[in-house]
Amino acid sequence: MTDERIKQVSALRRAMIRPELGATAGTLLVFLFFLLIAGDSGMFAPAGIQNWTVVSAQFAIIAVGACLLMIAGEFDISVGSMIGFAGIVIAILSVQWGLPVWVSILAAFVICVALGWVNGMLVIKTGLPSFIVTLAFLYILRGLTIWLSILTTRQTIIGGVKDLVQNDWLAFLFGGVVLKDLFAWFADIGLIEKFVAGTRAGQPVVEGLPMLVVWAVVLVIFGHVLLTRTKFGNWIFASGGDAQAARYVGVPVARVKILMFMFSAFCACVFATCQVIEFGSAAADRGFMKEFEAIICVVIGGTLLTGGYGSVIGAALGAIIFGVVQQGLFFTGGESSLFRVFLGTILLGAVLFNTYIRRMITGER
Amino acid sequence: MSAPLIELKSIEKHFGPVIALSGVTFDVKAGECHCLLGDNGAGKSTFIKTMSGVHKPSSGEILVDGKKIAFESPRDAMAAGIATVYQDLAMIPLMSVTRNFWMGREPEKRFGPFKFIDFDKANKVTLEEMASMGIHLRGAEQAVGTLSGGERQTVAIARAVYFGAKVLILDEPTSALGVRQTSNVLATIDKVRKRGIGVVFITHNVRHAMAVGDRFTVLNRGKTLGTAKRGEVKPEELQDLMAGGKELAELEGSLGGTI
Repeated sequence: MTDERIKQVSALRRAMIRPELGATAGTLLVFLFFLLIAGDSGMFAPAGIQNWTVVSAQFAIIAVGACLLMIAGEFDISVGSMIGFAGIVIAILSVQWGLPVWVSILAAFVICVALGWVNGMLVIKTGLPSFIVTLAFLYILRGLTIWLSILTTRQTIIGGVKDLVQNDWLAFLFGGVVLKDLFAWFADIGLIEKFVAGTRAGQPVVEGLPMLVVWAVVLVIFGHVLLTRTKFGNWIFASGGDAQAARYVGVPVARVKILMFMFSAFCACVFATCQVIEFGSAAADRGFMKEFEAIICVVIGGTLLTGGYGSVIGAALGAIIFGVVQQGLFFTGGESSLFRVFLGTILLGAVLFNTYIRRMITGER
Repeated sequence: MSAPLIELKSIEKHFGPVIALSGVTFDVKAGECHCLLGDNGAGKSTFIKTMSGVHKPSSGEILVDGKKIAFESPRDAMAAGIATVYQDLAMIPLMSVTRNFWMGREPEKRFGPFKFIDFDKANKVTLEEMASMGIHLRGAEQAVGTLSGGERQTVAIARAVYFGAKVLILDEPTSALGVRQTSNVLATIDKVRKRGIGVVFITHNVRHAMAVGDRFTVLNRGKTLGTAKRGEVKPEELQDLMAGGKELAELEGSLGGTI
């Protein structure tokens, strides 16, 4: 029995209720804008592309974790502090204690994922909002990071990781560069410029694909497939959409949420490890504000703050918008303080748009 | 008629000093619709929750297919074929009909070492099951939020039936619906009953109960006041029993019998 009062749904309307729509349009607009005003600034030359790709990839890594967690109905605002903490753990274990870098990295992952579990357990067992629980950890972890760093080295930056990571197999997975042959070939056929002078003369200006970007792509694909194609993904939506309704049909809501806290912590640790190896050092203030930047990417990507609806692809597009605009302002010589004005504005716009879309889907007034 | 699918004998439930149920006896047979009537606060919700494994009774017996059983959790009750459709918590509006229908029991297909939801099967079965309940959806991928209240109830009922419910408990399925939606849900109850499922229809609306009920049990102040078969009882009597007194009869008289 079809109801004649339900209007035929237009293709446009169908497209609009896909969560990625806003972010897709935003990404196109941002690229168009910078192609027009910064087309000749080097932003779209190979080295420029590498620049904003790496920055976008960094955002994407933490956005995937934040996205799945937010769809499951929770927040983790301790991500930034977790990044700083993981970095210091790696540096202390490898530089101060002399452990192999791979052992230090694995230890950092174990500790971070365990902290994610603690976050999740506290949220589930106490019934407190995750905002409050993870806000506590935002301070606890940042404080511990600075204290541990000063306790062991009397400073807040621990260097010396660079020398240790040479020939470390696991460090390569986070700080290495792959597809060097392909990029050399790109240079040979003239797609990428070569250095003309200096010690690296004759090598392509972009050496290869940084592992950081590989991590971002892998995590985005993993998150997207998990969310949209698997049973567990359906449980993520259900846990965030209506936890009680999900429990009634046997969805293990507590387990889903705790696992997503752990995944968010895992993503933070990937970010931290890549950064430590890239810089060759760890600093206690790393990751500052990253939790909010991750959440902004996710919200720009069309995920509802209230959970139950969203897209990892959208979050990745949000990360691209974030990265391109931030680096684009640098290329165009724009005022970097205006970047924050832009962020705040686009965040507000995205939330309003998402709320409107939500009403469209649910038919609420 | 055959033996009851589920039988509850002298169920009592106390919450601290509060006696929510003080002796409820109820049973459902295959292929019948047994209406449980009661006013607000009569203990209907507590009783359903006892039957569906949410609460454990303080005293009394539950028998499924003649065997004594104790439900430790809603999962136990579900495993015994007792499905409950709650009034408001049945569906997640932001998720598609298919995702809601299969929630917690998603069909999977293997792809190498990975398992993915078999959406072809899931969508097909969802549309078929909904069609068998008389609702033809535009697409199984549409969000449940776009459905009307009656259609949402039907998705929940179709889901319970598809997953092998022997006893279907419907918690006030018609209370928030309009006239046309209500008649659709009542028609669905009739379809479910004809498949040999025992339906427990909880309501405080005597007219809705009379429309589909085979037997009627009235709950008042935590007690059952007896069970009547269809044709043995008049709507006015049920109404009186629910209200538990003469006041309503008098009021009804003064209003000209319209309640």
